[in-house]
Amino acid sequence: MKGIIGRKVGMTQIFDGEGGVIPVTVIQAGPCHVVQRKSRDVDGYEAVQLGFEEVKPTKLNKPRSGHFKKHGVPPCRVLREFRVEDSSSFTPGQQITVEIFRVGEKIKVTGWSKGRGFTGVVKRHGFSGAPGSHGTHEYFRHGGSIGAAADPARVFKGKRMAGRYGGERVTVRNLKVVDVRPEHNLLLVKGAVPGPRGGLLILRGEGEFPAAEKGGGPSTPEGESSSA
Amino acid sequence: MSVLEMIEKEHMRVDIPEFRPGDTVKVHVKIREGGKERIQVFEGVVIRKRKGNSTATFTVRKVSYGVGVERTFPLHSPMIEYIEVVQRGKVRQSRIYYIRQRKGKAARIRERRV
Repeated sequence: MKGIIGRKVGMTQIFDGEGGVIPVTVIQAGPCHVVQRKSRDVDGYEAVQLGFEEVKPTKLNKPRSGHFKKHGVPPCRVLREFRVEDSSSFTPGQQITVEIFRVGEKIKVTGWSKGRGFTGVVKRHGFSGAPGSHGTHEYFRHGGSIGAAADPARVFKGKRMAGRYGGERVTVRNLKVVDVRPEHNLLLVKGAVPGPRGGLLILRGEGEFPAAEKGGGPSTPEGESSSA
Repeated sequence: MSVLEMIEKEHMRVDIPEFRPGDTVKVHVKIREGGKERIQVFEGVVIRKRKGNSTATFTVRKVSYGVGVERTFPLHSPMIEYIEVVQRGKVRQSRIYYIRQRKGKAARIRERRV
């Protein structure tokens, strides 16, 4: 599965040329370095490890900087793995850019949603609350009954109630790529993505990394990876 | 310039005339029906302008056959052929919603001389 790491810039809207307006999220993605190859023989599975956002070497602790030194890649703040069919076609140091995605493609975006703290059932689970009038007394945003009485004499597990909401990993699927701008490493995606502006995002698309876009780093052996 | 600003600037038009709430404008709108394109004119008073780069909008109100009609256009929409300022109006508010409650003589707006 092809993918890249990025950060949310924010939302805006663009005109589609037919009188309509498309709400888009601007994502600053890549360029990412291939840091490490994981192979079935050594690691038990096939994947590539990508690094995003170069940092000063002093920002990393010794084990981390050693990891980058070993593979000859500039130190990066974020490391994430992407499963691929065949990792042998990747070399450490090679760059992955937004060009792996095409306009019109559907992608998955994973982010960490904004933490909302302790919220009630109306906000957290979309409950309707109670009627605003007709004798309702101090019960407007309650969730109603949480179960029967002496039988079963308990509340079922998984009952939706108030509690901590947000601040979790959320994936949104089928987001359409509206524009790809390799010159600024930008990706415009239709609709909203989880998390605050500046939040870390993982973008994944269908199929494997395209072979043509693998340039940038050392020359790559043309071991073509079949699409999933 | 921030990244968002950069993207929004690309979608902005430079040929939009300056107008304010209270002005009477003719908006020449492209209408596409059955594969054909024609121009329709929507004439009325600007009752609100929302700021923003490419996201700015304005609302025009007219009274058509005794019925008030309000239409909101994105200021930089490519569907607008051009905007014509018919008359400049002198109003004190930036949102002249009070015009909705008025009709006939009371709904007049004094002309702004420049």
